[in-house]
Amino acid sequence: MSDTVLAYPGSDPHRLRSMAGIVEHAGPASKRIVTGYGFWIFILSDMVMFSAFFATYAVLLGQTAGGPSGRDLFDLRNVAIETGFLLASSFTCGLASISAENRTAFWFQIAMAVTCALGLGFLAIEGREFASLVARGAGPTRSAFLSAFFTLVGCHGLHVSAGILWLLTMMAQVFTKGFRADIQRRILCFALFWHALDIIWIAVFTVVYLLGSAA
Amino acid sequence: MSNEYQGAGHGTDLAPGDEHVEGGVGLRVIGYLTGLGLAILLTATSFFVAGTDLVWQPSIPVALVVLAIAQMGVHLVFFLHITTGPDNTNNVLALAFGVLIVFLVMAGSLWIMAHLNQNMMPMDQLMQMQR
Repeated sequence: MSDTVLAYPGSDPHRLRSMAGIVEHAGPASKRIVTGYGFWIFILSDMVMFSAFFATYAVLLGQTAGGPSGRDLFDLRNVAIETGFLLASSFTCGLASISAENRTAFWFQIAMAVTCALGLGFLAIEGREFASLVARGAGPTRSAFLSAFFTLVGCHGLHVSAGILWLLTMMAQVFTKGFRADIQRRILCFALFWHALDIIWIAVFTVVYLLGSAA
Repeated sequence: MSNEYQGAGHGTDLAPGDEHVEGGVGLRVIGYLTGLGLAILLTATSFFVAGTDLVWQPSIPVALVVLAIAQMGVHLVFFLHITTGPDNTNNVLALAFGVLIVFLVMAGSLWIMAHLNQNMMPMDQLMQMQR
């Protein structure tokens, strides 16, 4: 990256870096590494938060208060389609990262637009599922199990919504400002966020839907 | 572009999500395609195992958990580019700490709550005591 070189213009006045083997420490890390690492820590803390919701769900799985259980409610075909959407969007997000590093704005915008469409598709299916659950009298107030379900899955859905807003912001910023170093860092963080959401969804479809409908 | 990451060779770190690949766009796309293929395979296996009568039923939850952890690994390696390379030590250490906390929260909650459930008076009796 250009900021690797330019971030600390005075950090290497004697050109020690070129004397390979003598210098053990390369000096302060580039802004890209510092930013990416900080955002990685945030993502891990987000996963810790999700783990609390997962633990709540697992503990309350059987507390249906005489109401419907996961086996009665979950439509696994819907979940499979949602999973396909998120997996495909993770792939196109990867393509967007590649085109961002190659500074090809056209392919970047295409890949991001497809990612956005897949994310919106995911949200639409999830919204329809929530609406049909509430319409069947299985809303979050019905039982502790359903409260935990709506909290966990809804929290993931909120993250996806925030991710889509971020995605649109990045498309606009690349359109107006181009691939500046700071924009590249934001794209890096966005890609981390989006892929991390996919990892959390793996846990959701396994723990909530597949294990939840078996129980 | 590979020349952008030449500074990220030995001794320095790589930002999480960045990838150190020699050879152009094609190889990187193939990397993502590999990840996608493996992820689809593992997801399909999960959904198949959950709905089938072909395997011993009590083994299904364990199989699902193992498949999920495997798929998380695939995502970490192929999409987030968290590798075992020397330029990734910091990222892996942070991940290890996160996994430790996640494990403690999940396993601890389930363990404690299962025992609490066992030791608690049944709910209807508890309600009668409060009247």
